[in-house]
Amino acid sequence: MKNGDIVGASVPRKEGHDKVTGQSRYVDDMVLPGMLHGATVRSRIPRGKVKKITFGPGIDWQEFVIVSAKDIPGKNCIALIEEDQPCLAEDMVNHPEEPLLLLAHPDRHLLPTAVEAVSVEYEALPAIFTIEESERHSEIIWGSDNTFKTILIEKGDVDSVWEKAHHIVEAEYTTGAQEQLYIENNGMIASFDKQSGLTVWGSLQCPYYVHKALMKLCGLPADRVRVIQMETGGAFGGKEDYPSMIAAHAALLAIKSGKPVKIVYDRLEDMVATTKRHPSRTRHRTAISKDGKILGGEIEFTIDGGAYETLSPVVLSRGAIHAAGPYYWPNIRIRAKAVATNAPPHGAFRGFGAPQSLFALERHVDRIAQAVQLSPVEIRRRNFLKPGQTTSTGQIVREQIDLGKLLDQALELSDYHAKKEKFASENPQSSNKKGLGIAAFLHGAGFTGSGERYLASQVGVEISEDGRARVLVSSTEFGQGTKTVLSQIAAEALGIEYDDVETTQADTHEVPNSGPTVASRTVMVVGKLVQSAAIGIKQRLTSSGLLGDSYSPAEFRAACRAYVATRGQLRSLAQYEPPDGVVWDDEKYRGAAYAAFSWAVYVAEVTVDLTTYSVSVDDFVAVQEVGKVLNPVLARGQVIGGVAQAIGFALFEKVIWENGRMQNGQMTNYIMPTSADLPPIRVYFEELGNPHGAYGAKGIGEMPMDGPAPAIVNAVQDALGVSFDSVPLLPEDIFEALSAAPPLETLSSAKEDR
Amino acid sequence: MSDSTHIHTKSRISFRLNGKLVAADSYPMDRLLDVLRVEFGLTGTKEGCGEGECGSCSVLMNGMLVNSCLVPVLQAENADILTIEGLAADSHLHQLQQAFLDCGGAQCGICTPGMILAAYHLLSKNSQPTMQQIRDGLAGNLCRCTGYTQIFEAVAEAARRKKTV
Repeated sequence: MKNGDIVGASVPRKEGHDKVTGQSRYVDDMVLPGMLHGATVRSRIPRGKVKKITFGPGIDWQEFVIVSAKDIPGKNCIALIEEDQPCLAEDMVNHPEEPLLLLAHPDRHLLPTAVEAVSVEYEALPAIFTIEESERHSEIIWGSDNTFKTILIEKGDVDSVWEKAHHIVEAEYTTGAQEQLYIENNGMIASFDKQSGLTVWGSLQCPYYVHKALMKLCGLPADRVRVIQMETGGAFGGKEDYPSMIAAHAALLAIKSGKPVKIVYDRLEDMVATTKRHPSRTRHRTAISKDGKILGGEIEFTIDGGAYETLSPVVLSRGAIHAAGPYYWPNIRIRAKAVATNAPPHGAFRGFGAPQSLFALERHVDRIAQAVQLSPVEIRRRNFLKPGQTTSTGQIVREQIDLGKLLDQALELSDYHAKKEKFASENPQSSNKKGLGIAAFLHGAGFTGSGERYLASQVGVEISEDGRARVLVSSTEFGQGTKTVLSQIAAEALGIEYDDVETTQADTHEVPNSGPTVASRTVMVVGKLVQSAAIGIKQRLTSSGLLGDSYSPAEFRAACRAYVATRGQLRSLAQYEPPDGVVWDDEKYRGAAYAAFSWAVYVAEVTVDLTTYSVSVDDFVAVQEVGKVLNPVLARGQVIGGVAQAIGFALFEKVIWENGRMQNGQMTNYIMPTSADLPPIRVYFEELGNPHGAYGAKGIGEMPMDGPAPAIVNAVQDALGVSFDSVPLLPEDIFEALSAAPPLETLSSAKEDR
Repeated sequence: MSDSTHIHTKSRISFRLNGKLVAADSYPMDRLLDVLRVEFGLTGTKEGCGEGECGSCSVLMNGMLVNSCLVPVLQAENADILTIEGLAADSHLHQLQQAFLDCGGAQCGICTPGMILAAYHLLSKNSQPTMQQIRDGLAGNLCRCTGYTQIFEAVAEAARRKKTV
């Protein structure tokens, strides 16, 4: 493959061969000589004081390595945004499954019995489990008011709109917790010796997050902590923060025992103890003009953060900014709040707050349509953001996005209007009610606000004397195609073959900190830096007279050989510089929240079976503008996979809580979609490009999680004429609602304005 | 695996593994999954749930697709076991492996070995399946990354290539 056609081509996945042959090495595939296995003793109550720990009879405790908080060499915390979360609880537990003690033994089969044999006496304290209980302050479990973070976004004068309004539409929407359910459970191996320090290998997204947490916990300098990512079997945000906890536990056992220690969770432990998507509640109050234009609105967005702060402030921030969606609001006030409950901390999951607030918004837009007697199509068309207008934070839309065109395309591809008519005539005679639902949305790529500025990511590109390139990044591969796409970008920029580029394993001793692998930032932000670093290599070769403006692969290799022979290492670093015009005010929450947005319109077609009350998604059309698509097979795979997870979020995946603990922590009772549950998912890309991303790319990974849930629930409303405002929406919820209010045929006969 | 397995004595269990006769000294109730991974170092077989729900540990036993996390190794006595490591002949990828690469059927890769063996089992029974038959044939193997579509396409593509060979 030659220069000019590597970016945009579906080149094979770099690590694909090893994955299809079973040769890839995941953390549980690695065994070190003399290695022990570790396990975690966890809190069985949601909140209370730890009074006494007893090691029960029948176990030879001498054989076990036992670690408590007293063994921590540095600070007892998992350093992230705040340092409020202990690595091991001491005198107080704040959620079920909170780690208390660690055990290690050479025989992993002895560990479950040993964990069971440790008994902990508590003085139980009252606990709180819902957003409402947290807001009531009946118990203060975090800070002075149970509140991790509040955000206020204001534009215009909302208080002036209500008297001008022709309609005022108010409603409340909620979303449940969702488990990431990567198929590879979390795991880490740690090894320690006094000379080289601490090394951990594991399943993780963010090597430098783990690195930072271990330095603080162990009181070690940066160069004595080394974090290496193993092949990672799915993550979806679920391996953003909790791997630091597991790495910390493995490290403490390794330090105390002097032996390498492996901790690999089984499915139940992974489900009940690690992070999930934040449950949310969104309240909308919207003023609408006679002709269906949004005059203004108030949005209250609240998320349940669990017992410690972890990533909740930034999840809240993204959710709050996305709460206004792809519409023009002349006046808006968004109040957002993350509150504490006595559940394990909720964390990152694909979409990071946006799927929650966009579910509410896109359900609310359908409710507005109903109130003003417009179709779901027309209400959206009349309110779409246009280039030159401003978002809720006052960011001017500079992209030449035409959302009406995306909508038209989605309607045409889904055969929306013809099917609408067909369903309206067929539904009354059938016990299978069919419906169509739309969701329009946007997703900001990269860290929110000043985030990218603070990260100041760095990447390197290094060339060997035989002209082969290595991309040096801490950005991790966990299925999305990081290694492939970053290699494509480097090959394109260097004018060499894709096969002559590799993206290295993320190892903090070998690679600069290119930031965490989150926020749909890897291709757009890190990719742009890879492009810059590669261009830096080329410039060095040309300015030293070794390479002309155009060259063959042989000439490139000869130039590299000559450079390395005479000048030594050929390596180029690039560091993030904020683009011009991308300015954010953290105090006022004003300005450019993201350097670029991706835009989308999705259409879901459903059947509700009134015998079983189950919903099947029959067809799904996903139209999106994501800038330049750098690898069509991978990009399409991201969208289909995201839609599938979001169908689970909408219709299947319900976490059953009892006293702050997940009760259905198995794959047999927490149900994710199988191949038999999913419709054809049809994916279409518009490509407008993006000056801030590598070769015009924007973020893509998270966006497909945002739209399907509201599109599906809108379709259920279309089918039944009954409104549902919560996900997951299970057959029993539909049964209950229909028992209370028999289905009406009003909606399917509502005026359809094309 | 429970503790009770340790009160029994180990015994020699022989079977054919990826075409070769092998023997393992194991407790009879040891999971086939662990014997493959630990005794034989064949770590391509993955554990996802440990209760037969996800299919990541799928292997073929006498031509049947089984969850190796649910198979006590004693049941493998004299059986013919095929794991992902036995699928590629020398350095040549099996058609299914190549199609998974070409069509984007593997993302994070953790379900891939089991998924490819499930597809291999399907094609061994039905060399030209319809999309619906592929969908049904793979419904016992969970994938969280792909939404399955590109896996179906990979299986259909492998079947098409087989037909045209």
